[in-house]
Amino acid sequence: MSNDVFRKSKDGAFYFVLGVIGLVVLAGLGAAFYMEHYGHVVTGMTNQIVWGLPHVFAIFLIVAASGVLNVASIGSVFGKPVYKARGPLAGLLAIAMLAGGLMVLMLDLGRSDRLIIAMTYLNLKSVFALNVFLYTVFFTVVALYLWTMLDRKMHAYSKYVGFAAFIWRLALTTGTGAIFGFLVARQAYGTALLAPMFIIMSFSFGLAVFMIVQAVMYSWNDRVLDEVILHRLKNLLATFVAAVLYFTVVYHMTNLYFAKQTAFEHFILIDGGVYTNLFWFGQILLGTLAPLAILFHPGLSKRNGWIVTASMLVILGAFAQLYVLLIGGQAFPLSIFPSMVESSSFFDGQIHTYSPSLPEFLLGMGGIAAAALITAIAAKVLNFMPDDKHHTVSH
Amino acid sequence: MSNDVDNSRRKFIAAGVAGTAGLVLAPGVTLLDMANARPAGEAASSTKRWGMLIDSTKCATGCNDCVTACGKENGVASTGHPETDPQWIRKIELKEVKSGKSHSLPMMCQHCAEPPCVDVCPTGASFKRADGIVLVDRHICIGCRYCMMACPYKARSFVHEEHDDQNPDVPRGKGCVESCTLCVHRVDKDMEPACVEACSAGNHGAMLFGDLNDANSEISKRIATYATTQVRADLALNTGVRYQGI
Amino acid sequence: MINPAKRRSVLGWLAAALSALLLAGVMPATADDEHGAHSGHKLIAKGDKCVRDEDYMRRNHMKILMHQRDETMRKGIRGSQDSLKNCIECHVNPKTNSVASSKEDFCMGCHSYAAVKLDCFECHSSKPKAPAVGMNPIVTPEQKSEGNDKQSSLSGKMRWQMQAKQASLNMGEGVK
Ligand code: SF4
Ligand code: SF4
Repeated sequence: MSNDVFRKSKDGAFYFVLGVIGLVVLAGLGAAFYMEHYGHVVTGMTNQIVWGLPHVFAIFLIVAASGVLNVASIGSVFGKPVYKARGPLAGLLAIAMLAGGLMVLMLDLGRSDRLIIAMTYLNLKSVFALNVFLYTVFFTVVALYLWTMLDRKMHAYSKYVGFAAFIWRLALTTGTGAIFGFLVARQAYGTALLAPMFIIMSFSFGLAVFMIVQAVMYSWNDRVLDEVILHRLKNLLATFVAAVLYFTVVYHMTNLYFAKQTAFEHFILIDGGVYTNLFWFGQILLGTLAPLAILFHPGLSKRNGWIVTASMLVILGAFAQLYVLLIGGQAFPLSIFPSMVESSSFFDGQIHTYSPSLPEFLLGMGGIAAAALITAIAAKVLNFMPDDKHHTVSH
Repeated sequence: MSNDVDNSRRKFIAAGVAGTAGLVLAPGVTLLDMANARPAGEAASSTKRWGMLIDSTKCATGCNDCVTACGKENGVASTGHPETDPQWIRKIELKEVKSGKSHSLPMMCQHCAEPPCVDVCPTGASFKRADGIVLVDRHICIGCRYCMMACPYKARSFVHEEHDDQNPDVPRGKGCVESCTLCVHRVDKDMEPACVEACSAGNHGAMLFGDLNDANSEISKRIATYATTQVRADLALNTGVRYQGI
Repeated sequence: MINPAKRRSVLGWLAAALSALLLAGVMPATADDEHGAHSGHKLIAKGDKCVRDEDYMRRNHMKILMHQRDETMRKGIRGSQDSLKNCIECHVNPKTNSVASSKEDFCMGCHSYAAVKLDCFECHSSKPKAPAVGMNPIVTPEQKSEGNDKQSSLSGKMRWQMQAKQASLNMGEGVK
């Protein structure tokens, strides 16, 4: 079967693609070394915008990693054969993307040379440390899950491990959301809404990534995905995208309700320049309404190419959303003296500027490439191609 | 009874003589140690809580004496990159929205009793000393900047560039986060923070340093007498730095 | 379908490769301890005796420094003879006024020979503090003799008590 996945005639092409991905990973590592050597002064990040583009990439990868596992959960936990067949690929993508995301996060640290310290000195009160724990267990559980799915002898356990992975995945995304939820002092964060919102975001981002990877694998192998399966998956994606929209609306409405947050909302929604544009055009128009239109369009939604396009738009919207949340949230100044106008040489009271730099972008792309590299190699060695032959697709 | 008094007096005198002998034997060390409220070799204790009271009515717009003194004491200098340069203490100019009344005051780490930076730090590099001073242990800080995201006062800075002009008492370098240490190296020698010293030296008298746990300290007395505020008191962080006049 | 046996061996290989990678990451840190200290390098600007036996220092200075580092950092115990600052006072190279600016200097001399990375001075100054009058943190006579000399150790103890007394006197007044 492995020959099915990447046939001999395509070996050359495969290694070429692998080489290109490898180069992007190397560029990412080079960028990290450059930042480490000269210090973060060579990036766009400052003492005002503390977390920048690398964090947008990292959070996207981590959130999507947990969400993509949803596909496997629906299969194992809820016993749907269509999803079961896709379980192994979903598990692989989850591990690969989490690894890519963590790589970006680690390499952006001011002292990435202290990785051992990061793993041995843990402040158990910290949500960050909690996340390190969540990630480690996630890796282990998903690896076990993959084993139970791939090894016939282990099939019997698949359901239980799958359930554990399902629960753990929810905990993981809650943890990621909580990283922001705990920042009470900042207008953009510090709300409990962020945790469930991150879970829904993860479903949507993860499925979008899955659909794209699946499409690539099918077309590489000159196979056509069953229309019924495609139909189901695209409906699921549409549901998730709509749910994210709902949460976005609730998030902004809640903020508007509290008087002290209105200035921040005004900034994001009306006069925040790049953030406002990214919000309305990036997240809402391109990332939400456009894919919804495609996915519900009677004609377009039947065409594989269009569905892939919709998935790509969802990912684009995801980046816009995270950029607005993360960087827009920091660009709006802290209100240290709420009833007063502040000014200082440390940029108090003024909108902070941020222009992402090339090394940051390369580091982020390096993380995506690392995830792609892991996926490609694993798919070459083992069989991750969804196998729909063993069950009949019911309508 | 009288015998007892005599006895203890004799002991006291003996100790005094021996002490003088110590003075002669090691003049430098003894002199240095004599000035110490806390004997060398003894750990900072929670019987004290260091704090500061800043009277903004005595703090003039344009006066930067505290900031200059801090920079000199701790080796924090501008590198010409204002957006990435660390600032341990800064002057903030304020204007009340309703009344238009303006204030000027120094802002730095507030040495919170419930510091969010410490809560979020993944490695435990951010910590609060027994006497309430909040510090970063640069040996285990990994430079994740989560503490900077968590601090409500923008008190922390990330060191974006290499430095080689450190004060031997104040280590600092690229890739770690730092903030006001309340001049811990001076406090340990029973000296005031550099900013407070400079404020007094300039005859402004807007800054007062002392032990919040000691009801008889000047700072405690003033806090007991006058209306003082904690910045962002709504967050209930119980700050060690208090303000008067805002 | 790859047969299960083959698949398992591939998985096994992956696991082995991963653990090898992890080990490789940890190795350099543990390898440090095994480096024999080399004894050729001596540069002492002040004082005639180190805070411990030389041979002991060669092998264990990092432990002493690490211990004192936490004492100072976490508890505020300063002025110990084991502090990095105190080391620098004695071992500074008068030519460079540093312990780590060149291979001629005390710390770098050994560390570059042993190829052990030294990152103290990324944050710490490698220069001594300009001496202030009346403050001399180098080893004092009675600190050096550590208990061998009865009289000085006694006076040391007395001095300790004096400070404690002084401290309790200051306590009530608070700090100006
Ligand atoms: S002011 Fe900021 S840096 Fe200082 S203790 Fe409070 S949270 Fe931490
Ligand atoms: S930057 Fe350093 S001190 Fe701040 S949270 Fe991270 S590890 Fe802790």
